[in-house]
Parts: sequence; structure tokens; C-alpha cells
Amino acid sequence: MADTGTALGAPAERREGRDKVTGSARYAAEQNIPGRVHAWPVAAGITRGTIRAIDTGTALALPGVLAVLTHDDAPRLAPADDPTLAVLQDRRVPHHGWFVALVVAETLEEARAGAAAVRVEYDVEEHDVTLTEDHPGAYTPEQANGGNPAHREQGHPEEAFATADVRVDARYRIPPLHNHPMEPHAATAHRSGGRLLVHDSSQGATTVRATLASLFRLPEDDITVVSEHVGGGFGSKGTPRPHVVLAVMAALRTGRPVTVALPRRLLPDAVGHRAPTLHRFRLGAAADGTLVSSLHEVTTHTSRIKEFVEQAAVPSRIMYAAPHRLTTHRVVPLDVPSPSWMRAPGEAPGMYALESAMDELAVATGLDPVELRIVNEPDTDPDSGKPFSSRHLIECLREGARRFGWAQRDPRPRSRTEGPLLVGTGVASATYPVMVSPARASAHALPDGRFAVRINATDIGTGARTVLAQIAADALGVPLDRVRAEVGSSDLPPAPLAGGSSGTASWGWAVHEACTRLAALLAAHTGPLPDGGLRAHADTAGSADAGSDWARHAFGAHFAEVTVDTVSGEVRVRRLLGVYAAGRILNARTARSQFIGAMTMGLGMALTEGSTMDAASGDFVESDLASYHVPVHADVPDIEAHWIDEDDPHLNPMGSKGIGEIGIVGTAAAIGNAVHHAAGVRYRELPLTPDRVLEGLAGPL
Amino acid sequence: MKPFAYARAATVEEAAGLYAAHPGARYLGGGTNLVDLMKLGVEEPAALVDVSRLPLDTVDELPDGSVRVGATVRNSDLAAHPTVRDRYPALSQALLAGASGQLRNAATTGGNLLQRTRCPYFQDTDKPCNKRVPGSGCAARDGAHRDHAVLGHSPQCIATHPSDLAVALAALDARVELYGAGGARTVPAAEFHRLPGDRPEQDTEIRPGELITGVVLPAAPAGLPSLYRKARDRASYAFALASVAAVLGVEGGVVRHVGIAFGALAHRPWRARRAERALLGAAPTTAAFERAADLELAAAEPLRDNAYKVRLARNLAVDALERLAHGSPRTGN
Amino acid sequence: MDSMGSRNDSAGADDGAGRPGNGRGAAPGEPPDPAGGTGPAGRSAARHGTSRPPGRHHSEVTLRVNGTPRTLTVDHRSVLLDVLRERLDLVGAKKGCDHGQCGSCTVLVDGRRVNSCLLPAVALDGCDITTVEGLADGGAPHPLQQAFLDRDAFQCGYCTPGQLCSAVGAVAEAEAGHPSLVTDPGAPSGRPVPLGPDEIRERLSGNLCRCGAYPNIVRAVEDVIR
Repeated sequence: MADTGTALGAPAERREGRDKVTGSARYAAEQNIPGRVHAWPVAAGITRGTIRAIDTGTALALPGVLAVLTHDDAPRLAPADDPTLAVLQDRRVPHHGWFVALVVAETLEEARAGAAAVRVEYDVEEHDVTLTEDHPGAYTPEQANGGNPAHREQGHPEEAFATADVRVDARYRIPPLHNHPMEPHAATAHRSGGRLLVHDSSQGATTVRATLASLFRLPEDDITVVSEHVGGGFGSKGTPRPHVVLAVMAALRTGRPVTVALPRRLLPDAVGHRAPTLHRFRLGAAADGTLVSSLHEVTTHTSRIKEFVEQAAVPSRIMYAAPHRLTTHRVVPLDVPSPSWMRAPGEAPGMYALESAMDELAVATGLDPVELRIVNEPDTDPDSGKPFSSRHLIECLREGARRFGWAQRDPRPRSRTEGPLLVGTGVASATYPVMVSPARASAHALPDGRFAVRINATDIGTGARTVLAQIAADALGVPLDRVRAEVGSSDLPPAPLAGGSSGTASWGWAVHEACTRLAALLAAHTGPLPDGGLRAHADTAGSADAGSDWARHAFGAHFAEVTVDTVSGEVRVRRLLGVYAAGRILNARTARSQFIGAMTMGLGMALTEGSTMDAASGDFVESDLASYHVPVHADVPDIEAHWIDEDDPHLNPMGSKGIGEIGIVGTAAAIGNAVHHAAGVRYRELPLTPDRVLEGLAGPL
Repeated sequence: MKPFAYARAATVEEAAGLYAAHPGARYLGGGTNLVDLMKLGVEEPAALVDVSRLPLDTVDELPDGSVRVGATVRNSDLAAHPTVRDRYPALSQALLAGASGQLRNAATTGGNLLQRTRCPYFQDTDKPCNKRVPGSGCAARDGAHRDHAVLGHSPQCIATHPSDLAVALAALDARVELYGAGGARTVPAAEFHRLPGDRPEQDTEIRPGELITGVVLPAAPAGLPSLYRKARDRASYAFALASVAAVLGVEGGVVRHVGIAFGALAHRPWRARRAERALLGAAPTTAAFERAADLELAAAEPLRDNAYKVRLARNLAVDALERLAHGSPRTGN
Repeated sequence: MDSMGSRNDSAGADDGAGRPGNGRGAAPGEPPDPAGGTGPAGRSAARHGTSRPPGRHHSEVTLRVNGTPRTLTVDHRSVLLDVLRERLDLVGAKKGCDHGQCGSCTVLVDGRRVNSCLLPAVALDGCDITTVEGLADGGAPHPLQQAFLDRDAFQCGYCTPGQLCSAVGAVAEAEAGHPSLVTDPGAPSGRPVPLGPDEIRERLSGNLCRCGAYPNIVRAVEDVIR
């Protein structure tokens, strides 16, 4: 490792901060290129069928309407790897909300009116959008997401469970969830002088460029995709989305710069959702709490056009020691919109189930929930047998318990009341895998003593510019204010997306390597720098993606205090505290914000967020921000995030693990466990809204 | 959204005249719901008659002790008005429990009462809805109806009215002032909104072209303890799952004045007349409150997924009355 | 009163009248439309803002935006948010939902915070508009903007302009004695309301933040009112 300097770990302010607080940061839809026009998509209002006819005449006759694209005349795309991108190519409507036309007009108002005037006739087919555990269409796929085997089994889990001293057998349900970044998906596309310039609200412009090149049969070198400022993504902008394909189609058709900004109500159907998961969890333990058997069975849905299997049983493979283990996924293809990535895919729903079941086991065995987890700490990864590169779950639990005042807790459910309020506390573990991908970067020493690093990283709010400059300054051994980081354009050296909590590790590795080389060049150089300065490049292919003999995961612990109002059924979180062991924290300021932010999303998952698939229409009922309840200020207490210094030499040159997702993992379980402690009722379906809570309070205790 | 004409009215008479002259016109107040619905294609006015700057923006005490609220008084100003806060706390609290600070700054008193249901099927022009397109059917009845009505619904419609303000007005015996081609008239707030019956497209008793000019708060409940309590899916900025407005006057150990209205249970604010009759003259005990609430809610006809509303409404009503009886009118938790 | 239509109402005027070719809009590179906006910030809008002459469905309005009067002809369907972003190139106010459900579009109209996505611009003739671009006093950021930087009160930044305008409005409301739902009903009417964390949270609840910067935003607001 190079000279560590002082830049790494410092709470440096985000570099684009001033632009964001003054309103001068421009997002994808805000590219007011001269001549720019707007396009508005028409989404199918049926669930399944084919287009019989589209009447575009009325729309075309409206003032300002320039074009209406349909499957009849839209540019033909090359076959898409991702079937959700094959828009306006044929008559097929695979699910509600599928785009069937695009209206281009001079103004937003005219485009909206044009879209409303397009009349589509369908041949409607029978549909099925309802997920059940015993659905006849359920099957076990080869793999769940992330290349994980769908099914793993060790020992004799059924038999071991049947003969265990203490048994928990519980079913948990998590509804569909929506990412809903505050910036709706948007792109501005402009064909000019043989080049295609696209501003896209994306978590990774490198992939967007490659995908557009492939779909439109254009050389990658003729395309620039810019994602300079991105208003959040949380997975939903992790892969190219239909809006960018539509924007390019419209730009090619009209010869004008075109912006497509998806209306909020169209997002749930168009940009993926966290698939609902139905969990059956069985834990068998000895009387002292030692696990003998663990069985986690997940049933989820996918669309008819894409197999997407939320890997919700995967975290159960590495968390706790048990000689007999089973984890399995079954998926049901339905006539629903394609599910996709949402913050901590797999871990977020899976750890809700596991950590709720562990709490049930703690109650059943009479053990303290913190101690139960410690009792079952494995020596090595229970699934692969590999040693952990670092694992400080116990330290997180102990430190969290100390900070939270866990020792003062009366473990008896419903032991604390304040007037009509029941008060309780709960705990849950967290984990997230360490992932990293190859990237390229360049580092440039300028004659005036400043430095520039260039890499197509994306800042979706994580502070990528800032932390990459810190990594560069650290590797170069120079003050932070002399380093500039250029990110957010496919004209920069290619790099993977901001996702999987792997962005900083992947980009930072390449930046670190380029800067280390540049530092060597500078050390060997005598005299003033040439006019062009000195440059070094790095490509971490072969190193960043090399296999590891270590099981690499971040860990954490969440503690929550809640009140349950026995009058209204309303649950409020009073305190929420997380402690993480996530390698080296590279920027204390932005890291804390990410931890707190993810815990907030976990709070939403626990209490307020839920979507319903309407059986009749195949549409999500909660399709806007008035009905899909993202937590508001008043829901969120003063959340605390802490971390443990973790020195792990088996990760990357910075020694960092990802931090963007672990905060949502287990948070819902900690809150649910606190609700059980408060109310003495075990709720197993999220979110914990007043209807469910009241129903539980009315039942037998 | 289709193109539309626009005109701003300076007087009530002018507004009515402009409306009459333009078929398909709608009055524009704060616009917080109308513009929303226009963007959804649910409302397609040919013209907007802007009444937001009519000189109806004051709160005035009348000689008989009642208080007249102009129709264009913004929700935030009404909630903050000292007379309202001091004499009709339930009204102030209901307003503050609704929407957000920004929306309350724009929304008007009249417009708040005329907002449409938030039923998701009503808001989506691709789906059947008897309120939006009479005769097209009700997708909510067999669909997602956790938020829908448990009282007074009909085979045609199970929508609820979303206003918080209207619930408080109903409990306070307010009257709604209207002006139209037939001149001025007033309607009790509790009867201003309708039950759906077989005409769910008709939300209120307002006649075509009529304009809300104001709301009159009577003297009788002024200064009595009153409160508004609302349960919802998140701590703020959400529509009610159920709510209750209550005013309670106790003298000599018996209830002398009581007004109770439920929100989010029906197509209109549900004035709990049976409960009130049971309480008048009775001692303000928990048992009496429970009996009264049960009496009222016995009429409930919950649907597959909203039976919780009956229990919730009962809990809220009993809690509200107990707080009023015992002088602890804080509403939140 | 304004006539139904507008000041230059021409009976039966076609929306497309006066525009080239079949009402299908101007070609790229067409000269600036003089009705597209006046004033220094109108550069981009004047170049390509598509404006029609006043008619049955368009009217001329004057908005005083961040201190500068801007006269332009607006489609009656245009809400303030789209006029700011598309016509005046003031993109600070964000479109998060377009339906008054997220608060990203919050601006101050005559000093009061409102959702600009729900306000027809034609109804705002003569109003004073302050956007996030107008909060700063000259080169120095508004104290709240500085506090947001100091407290890392944002991540992606998309809700930030709305949070800032909303907080400025909320602080003024509290100063003017406006209560919130969490204000003690026994507090004296008409007096300034002290803003503790619970008050700030309730009053800013009309501004969603999906990155979850809420605790830092609350601290930033506390810094400024202290």
C-alpha cells in the first residue's frame, strides 16, 4: 500500500455539494440543448395480450406533436440481451405498463396531450398475476441472482429439524417494493454530426453506451453517454432502462434533441421492483440455543419475459453455524412487470426472514437475542468452508448493545408501557457480500502541480467524486485539494456501475493503481514536467476479478426502539442504531450518510412501504408517491451509525468493503423484533401498518 | 391535458357568469387537486374560472358569535388563525393533519371540500370506475380496498372522501355557503357531501355552476374542548385510514353538547348522530363512550380487507372523547 | 377582469396559427421567438422555448422571478414548475412526481412555500417567485445552503432545492406563529413557535428524501435557527 497520507478516511465535503444546494447541478432531463423537444410514453392499460390497432391520427393532428412512434414504425432494434429494452418492436404486451407508443412534441404539455390522444385496441388474453406458495407454475431455477446456486443443502436438514430440542417454523411475507429514486428515470438524446450524445439518469454510463451501441447497431465510439448528476437509483438505474432506448429512438426519428422523463406513475411497471418474497423458515436448535438445522425456502415471482430470481435465501448460507442446512429458491413466472434490483437484493428480504426467525428462536430458548447470535457464530463460511477475510459481527453486536443500552432491557414482551403506547426494543444482524469488478482509470500530473484522475464512475449520491479524489491523493501522497476526479461520462476510461456496494472498491482500485504508477513516474522524473504533464493508466482486469480464497462479507448489527399505539395501531421508531464492520471507511462523512440513508429505507420497508399487485389489472395499486409511502421526515428519528475499525488485507488496495446497502439489511427485522417485544405479538408480514397491527393486538396474546 | 381557456374572476357574480358562459368550465381555487386530476386525464375542463383571488380571503366574527370563513382562505392561514385555534381547535388540527405545509399554503377552504376521492381506480383512466365513468363498474370492490368505505357505501361505489377539514366542519355543525344561478344558499357541512348510492359521480349537493363562497362556524361549539385525531400509514403527509373529529361539552357531570364525525369511513364525513344521541345527557364515562361508538359503528359493512377500520374508528372515537372529558387534548403520539 | 382567453384574445384563434408548416413546430436553429421570455436568464428559453401568441389557450403573464420581472406567453396548461425549468432555464426546482406528492418542486410564491408542479402559471400573473437559485444573497450562499453543506444534508441532491425552499418557508411560518400538528394546542396563538426537532420534522414532511438525509437536514435547519 502506498503512503496513506491523511486523505483517506477524512470527512471531506462532497465536491458537487455547492452545485446541488444552489440548483446549478443539472440532471439528465435538464439539458436545455437548443431545439430540444419532449417525448411522452404511452403505457399499456391491459395486463396481457397483443395490440390490434393503434390510432395515432388524433395525436398527430394536435398542435406541437412531431411524431408518434409505435411498433409499426419505430426503429428496429438488434436483439436485446435484456428483453425489457425491446420496446416498440412488436404487438406483444407482456404486462401492464409495457410501452406501446411514444409521442414526441415541442413541449411537455403537448407531448402529454398527444400521449393521452393515442388510442390503442388490444386483443386481451387471460392473465395470472397472483403469487402463492403452492402455485403450479413454481419451479426451482438453476441459479438465483448474482450467479448463486438456487438450491444448497448440507447434511440432513429435515431430519435434524424434526428431532431438534427447540423448533421455530415460521412464514414471512414481504410485498413488492419500489425503488422510487427522487429523480424519475430520464434521458436526453441528441444525434448531431454523426455522433449520439445521451444524458441518462443511470448508475453506469459504460453499460448504457454498450447497450445502445448494440441495440442501434452503432459503433461505441460514436456514442457518448453522460451521467453527471443522478438523482438516486437504488438499483433501478443499475441497468439501462426503456426510457433511454425511447429517447434515442425519438432523437433518430425527429432529428431533434429529445428528452424522455418518465412520469412517476409509470415507474413501478417500467423500471423494475423488488419482487415479493414468501419465506418459510425453520430453525432447529439445542436447548442452549446452538443451531442444529436451518431451512430457508423462498418463493418469488418473475415476469414472462425475464427470469429474475431475488436471491433471498443466499444470506442464510453464511450467517450462522449449523451442521444441517438448506436454502432454496422457487420462482413463479407471472404476467407481471419484470422485477429487478433494489437496494441489497437478496439480503434485504432474506435477512428480514432470518433475523426474525432468530428472534423467535431467542424467545423460544429464553436466550438473549444478542447472545443467541453470538452462540451461533461460525468459524468459517458455513457454505463454502472458506475462512472469512474478516468477520466482526460479534463486535458489532456487543458495541451496538453497549451504545444502545441493551443491558437494561427487560426481555419480557409487553413489559413497558407509556399510557396507550407499548414500548419495545429489538436487534438484528446485517451482512452484505464484498463485490468488486475490473475498471480502467487514468491519472494525470499537470505541470502546475495539480492532478486529475479520470474514470467513468457514477455519483448517484454516494460522493464518488470526493472519495475517488481522496483515494488518488492518498496514493499520490499529495494534498486532497490538488486532485480533481472526473467521472460520469462514457468518454472517460470505462468502469462498472454504481451498484452492489462495489463502486468505490472497483473504481478506487483502478484509481489507486493508476496513481501509484503515476507516483512512480514522478519519482523517476527530474526537472519540470512537460507541457502535457505525465500520465499513467491502469486496468484492473485480472486482479480485481481474480478469485479469492477468502469469504468476504461486511457485517453489522441494528438496534431499534419502537412504540406501538394501542389506539391507532401506529408504530413509530424512536431510536435506530447501526454498528458496522465494513473494512476501512474511506470518508467518514459520506459513509455515515449512506448508512443512515439505508437504515431509513429499512425503516420504510418495516413500517410504511408496500405495494399491491391488483389481480384484475396486473397493475401495482400503489403507483404514486401519495399511496406508496416512502418515509417522511416525521417517521425518522435521529438515527445513529457507528463502525468498527477493521483492517482486512484481502480486499483491495484501500482495504474497503461496500457500505451502500448493508444499512437496509436486517433493519426491518430489528424493528419487527422490537414490535414483538413491545406488543407481545409476532407479525410476519410487512409492512407493519395500523390495519395489521390492530388486528394482531385484538387477537389472543 | 387538453387545452383550455382561462379567466380570472374579480367577484363572485362574475365568476358565476363566466362559468355559465363556458360549458365544461371548472372553478380553480388552489389547484392542488384539480390540476393533479387534469394531469391524470380524470378532469378535462374546457375552461378554468380562477376564483383564487376572489375577495373571500378573510375570517370574520359575526355578531351572533359565529365565525365566517371565506372560501379562498388558505388552509394554512385558517389553521393558524387565532380565533380558529382558540375556539375550534379540532378545525385547526384537522387542517394541520392534512397534506403538507406546501399544499396547505395553496389549498383553499372551498377547494378542500371539493377535492375528489383518492381511490386508485378513480385516478386511473384505464380502469373501470362508476364515479369517473358512470356505468363502467367498480374495480375497487373486488380489488384493493383496504382504504375504502365501511359505512354507507353502495354496489356502485366504495370510495371515501379524503378531506380532513370536512370532518371537523361536520362535527362542529358548520354550514357551507353557496352561490349560483339560483342565488345564495347554505347547506349543513355534514350534509354537503353525499353518499354514493347509484349516482357516485355526484360527490356533493352542489349544483352545476354553484360556487362555495364560505363556511360558517356556529357559536354553539365555540370554546368547547374539541380535537381531531387521525390514523395513517406514516407519521405525516398521508391520507387517513380513519379519523375522528369530536367536540364535547360537559356540565354538571353530564354531556350537554357533543359532535362526533368520522373521516375516511365513508363517501362523506360520517356524522355520528346515533352516538351523539346516546351521549347527550349521559355521564362522560369510558363505558358510555364505548357504547356510543359501538352503536354508531353497528351500521358498518366492512369489505374483505377493511374490517380493521371499524375497530380503528372505535378506538379513535373513544380515545378522543376520553381526552376531551379529561382535558388532555394532545392528539399525536 | 381578464377576458376568457387573454389580453390579446382573437376570437377563434387557432393554437397553431402563425407557426410554420402544419402546426408541427419550429425547425432547429430557428431564430429566437421574441415571446419566449425576456430578461437576462431567458437565454435558453428565448432560443427554443416554444411559445404561441396569446390566444384562447395561451396568455401573457409577468412573473417576478428571483427579483427579475419576466413576461412571457404561457400555455394555460403550463404549471409554474415547467415554466421555470423549460422556459426560464431555472432547473433548480425539480420534478419528482408532478403531482404534489414529493415536494421536490417547492418554491416560494409571494414568500410562501408551495408545490410549483400544481400551480398553473397563468394564475400567477404578478406574483413574486423565489427559487433555489434566488436564495443566495449575491455570491454568498444562504445560511441554510451553507448548513446543508456543513451537515451533509443530502446525497443525490435531487430533493435538495425543494428541502431548502421548504425549510426557508417553514422557518418563516413558525416565526409568523403558524402552528403545526405537533405544536402544543395550549401554546399561545399568534406567537412565534419555537422549532425543536419534532417541529422541524413535521413541518418538512412534505419533502421526501429517498437517500434518507432526514437527520442531517433537521440538524442543518437547527443550525440556522439557533
